[in-house]
Amino acid sequence: MGAEIVVIGGGVGGTIVANLVAKQTQGRAHVTIVDATGIHVYQPGFLYVAIGLEQPAALQRPESQLLRHDVSLVIDGATRVDAAAHMVLLESGRRLQYDHLVLATGSRTMMGEVPGGLGAYDFYTLAGAKRLFAALEAFNKGTIVIGVAGIPYKCPPAPVEFAFLLDDYLRARGIRDKTEIKLLSPLNRAFTIEATSKLVQPILAERGIELTGFFNVESVDPVAKTVTSLEGETMGYDLLILVPPHRGQQVIESSRLGDERGWVPVDKNTLKHAQLPDIWAIGDTTSIPISKSGSVAHYEATVAAAEIAAEVKGEAPPAHVYDGKVMCFLETGQGKATTIRFDYDHPPVSPSPARRWHWAKALFNKTYWHTVPQGRLP
Amino acid sequence: MSITIATTLDLKGLSCPMPIIKTAKAMKALAPGDLLEAFATDPGSVPDFMAWARATGNPLVESTQDGAVFHFILKKKEI
Repeated sequence: MGAEIVVIGGGVGGTIVANLVAKQTQGRAHVTIVDATGIHVYQPGFLYVAIGLEQPAALQRPESQLLRHDVSLVIDGATRVDAAAHMVLLESGRRLQYDHLVLATGSRTMMGEVPGGLGAYDFYTLAGAKRLFAALEAFNKGTIVIGVAGIPYKCPPAPVEFAFLLDDYLRARGIRDKTEIKLLSPLNRAFTIEATSKLVQPILAERGIELTGFFNVESVDPVAKTVTSLEGETMGYDLLILVPPHRGQQVIESSRLGDERGWVPVDKNTLKHAQLPDIWAIGDTTSIPISKSGSVAHYEATVAAAEIAAEVKGEAPPAHVYDGKVMCFLETGQGKATTIRFDYDHPPVSPSPARRWHWAKALFNKTYWHTVPQGRLP
Repeated sequence: MSITIATTLDLKGLSCPMPIIKTAKAMKALAPGDLLEAFATDPGSVPDFMAWARATGNPLVESTQDGAVFHFILKKKEI
């Protein structure tokens, strides 16, 4: 009998790992992927749903359609990992024994942690993006404030990107001159990365998007319609959009596999758990201080899969480790976009915004379903 | 002259913007005039601490470097 590989989480990272391990072990391992819904969701599409440029149905497919035929899919919630017994406990009461375990559980959003935060809108869940679009459609004039209520959060460029897309949306509706867009940033610049900030700040100014620095959202008063920062500043709004605080999934916390926010400590190159050598974690799940994004989950998944396959086959660990590679697109509105690329050893670079990057992003979004989950892209 | 530090933060290993956010949270709990000391390894924290102090009015009393570790002392502003 072959090795038992269990992957928890059917997002981008988990699906790639499952497919690649099954492919690379050539029948010497049995791969099981556990997912609570059995529906694969393409999260980078949420911000387009929020401005009506994408339909929610286009962002979801059954996970079973994205898996190799030799990967078993278990649609069930994972409640606890018993690392000592090499066992995953499921909601149904079922137990899965593993030789190698991959935690690809991702993150969850916690708007309730922000006092008054439930009065804000967000585009970090599909339901949130749909609700925000309905609110924007009913919006005719006033002040829209976009802020960040917790770090780390998924897709670091998203607030800036959303501000640009919102500007386009309001112009198309003919109400931009009756609307103020205010972008609140945790630092004194638009974005954590200095080089990208220098590129996007003049475009923000050009579009009349007001940037307020060092405004780390602490609380919201939905009745007075004000948002207050840790730094003690208060700002009024008519419509508030917040990036919610994130934390690791409950199964990580219940299994005591993570830190105080539920992020799993792993080696930043091998992605192996700091204490448990038969457990890997990838993507949003880890505590590695790197972007929580689909591209990171993708690159990390290929590394973890090769390591697991080598162990199953009794081979030496692969020479290629995760080098901190991140690649993000950033829409700058009016049909243009830029990219942000970096790794542990190379600082971020961003080309001047151009139409070709916008089309590259659109093409990637469309071809995703046939390339990424299957591990067809390196 | 000896100074009394009200809070010490170990921000080593954290990358931008976490050092500033953890500092902003900790400063909120201090009384006016209290001192906060922070140790960080992110080189970007040096300009970020200077800019944060300027923007919020909480003086940066000290900014030094010992090898790869940056040391900051901030004073909570008087109201």
